[in-house]
Amino acid sequence: MNDRIEKRIELRASVSRVWRALTDYREFGEWFRVKLDGPFVPGQVSRGQVTYAGYEHLKWEAVVQKMEPERLFSFTWHPYAIDPKIDYSKETPTLVEFKLEQTASGALLVVTESGFNKIPSGRRLEAFRMNDGGWTEQMKNIEKHVAQTP
Amino acid sequence: MSRKRRSEAAARLQARAPIFAALGDDTRLLLVAKLCGGRPHSISQLTEGSELTRQAITKHLRVLERVGIVRSIRRGRESRFEFAPEPMEGIKEYLEFVSEQWDQALSRLKSFVEN
Repeated sequence: MNDRIEKRIELRASVSRVWRALTDYREFGEWFRVKLDGPFVPGQVSRGQVTYAGYEHLKWEAVVQKMEPERLFSFTWHPYAIDPKIDYSKETPTLVEFKLEQTASGALLVVTESGFNKIPSGRRLEAFRMNDGGWTEQMKNIEKHVAQTP
Repeated sequence: MSRKRRSEAAARLQARAPIFAALGDDTRLLLVAKLCGGRPHSISQLTEGSELTRQAITKHLRVLERVGIVRSIRRGRESRFEFAPEPMEGIKEYLEFVSEQWDQALSRLKSFVEN
């Protein structure tokens, strides 16, 4: 079974510029849409608040693994742990790695996220709910519609 | 959206056609709306306020059960029904979803570092 996601993206920016965007907690927060409490430190928990529209009530939490300057940044987390009532800390987290390489035109960024086969099947439903077409949302719409047009 | 993505989305929707068909009925839509709050309901509760008989309501509930968005739980002599949409394609759909989130995040990173 496919257990990982891999993304490759060419960026027209220097490796050091991209490194800063990845590892400076304020810059990371800008594009990842999260307001972090403080800098990333290997071995330490990074906490913050999601700023992605519609999900502002969610907390962000990850454990920083490696920071090898301009080469590798990694953390573990519980992807889309969106139900505030569930304690996700008992689940095996997935590992996210950002690898950087210099290219003629800038930088190549390879992102991998692995370890999905350890996520309990119940969680997949939540991801599904979080999706724009999620059932819960759809059902709320139907409920609203039904209530308005008796 | 690329042609490939569009046809995948169409295929996913097509796989759900029986669900949409099951919902294409006022009574069943109303039943789902009652159940989607998350609390299981007995047939008597679901029949309340309706002009239909228990038998008719039961028949509609079975239709919803067959397409997998309603589940019945037996408690003693009584059946209770709850809203329970199963994840459509399990892990595959989950990975597609996470993958899409990464695409969006990385495209935001791209404009962030290139501007």
